[in-house]
Amino acid sequence: MTTATQTSTTIASLSISQRLTAGVLALFLGLVLVGGVGFASDMAIHNGAHDTRHALGFPCH
Amino acid sequence: MKLFQRIFFAAVLSGLAAGLAMSAVQQWRVAPLILEAETYENAAPAAEHSHDAGTAAATTEAAAPADDHHHDEEAWAPQDGTERVVYTVLANVLGAIGFAFLLAAVSVLSGIEITTRNGLIWGLGGFIALQLAPAVGLPPELPGMPAADLVARQAWWIGTAIATGAGILAIARLRNWTGLAIAVVLIAAPHVIGAPPAPHEPSGVPAHLATAYAANALATGALFWLIAGPLLGWLNERFAKSEAFALKGAHA
Repeated sequence: MTTATQTSTTIASLSISQRLTAGVLALFLGLVLVGGVGFASDMAIHNGAHDTRHALGFPCH
Repeated sequence: MKLFQRIFFAAVLSGLAAGLAMSAVQQWRVAPLILEAETYENAAPAAEHSHDAGTAAATTEAAAPADDHHHDEEAWAPQDGTERVVYTVLANVLGAIGFAFLLAAVSVLSGIEITTRNGLIWGLGGFIALQLAPAVGLPPELPGMPAADLVARQAWWIGTAIATGAGILAIARLRNWTGLAIAVVLIAAPHVIGAPPAPHEPSGVPAHLATAYAANALATGALFWLIAGPLLGWLNERFAKSEAFALKGAHA
């Protein structure tokens, strides 16, 4: 019970600015990685990530 | 920056592990179908809808059909075989880590902690928002299949992923009829608007290959998300606990 309360309050107990900073940074990293792998129009990136784009259902050609 | 460090390592490790697991299944079930489709793509006389068509970076020069390969010959491309597999696995893992970061970001920003117990739900949400919902309008496509304009499809894909994710989040946050109503509207809207339709042209790729591909690509994606979600939750909890222990130790 105590551990459950501890973990469930971890995020809520942090300040909004801490959450905002960490959340926005993570969002940025996620968008850069997913955008690069799935959407970048550079042909070298397209060719390298080609099969990944097809397999994960990103629009490719 | 403690919170960011925690979600950073949790996202990198869960993305890496789930991405590698997905890569193994993908090489087994999905990649052979891509390679087989390329034999039809390359044999097809109409090269108009090959790799270069519709690509923003493609020039008219690059769109000229090559004898045996439709990639832009000017640009680098991995050699078929080991090199191609290595780059695909690399792209898989980077994309997987990116997906894990997106889950972690939504968790931190929405205030809904991702744990071992609810990790499967997070994974399911990620799968529905980032794979299943876009695939309803734009089914995973094989090389050589006729498709609508690339930029239009990408825009619809991104819009659908965001709207579906927001819809799922509305249910998770509000947990009432209002949340459900918002979710229904957000999740249905992209499909009411409609994905850019594929041109009605005959495809050189056999139908059985395309159907097998769509099913296996989605199943492989589901496997990834159902590993990534719980793993991210477990690591997140573990790191949070060890942080709490470290704090206790410091104060004792």
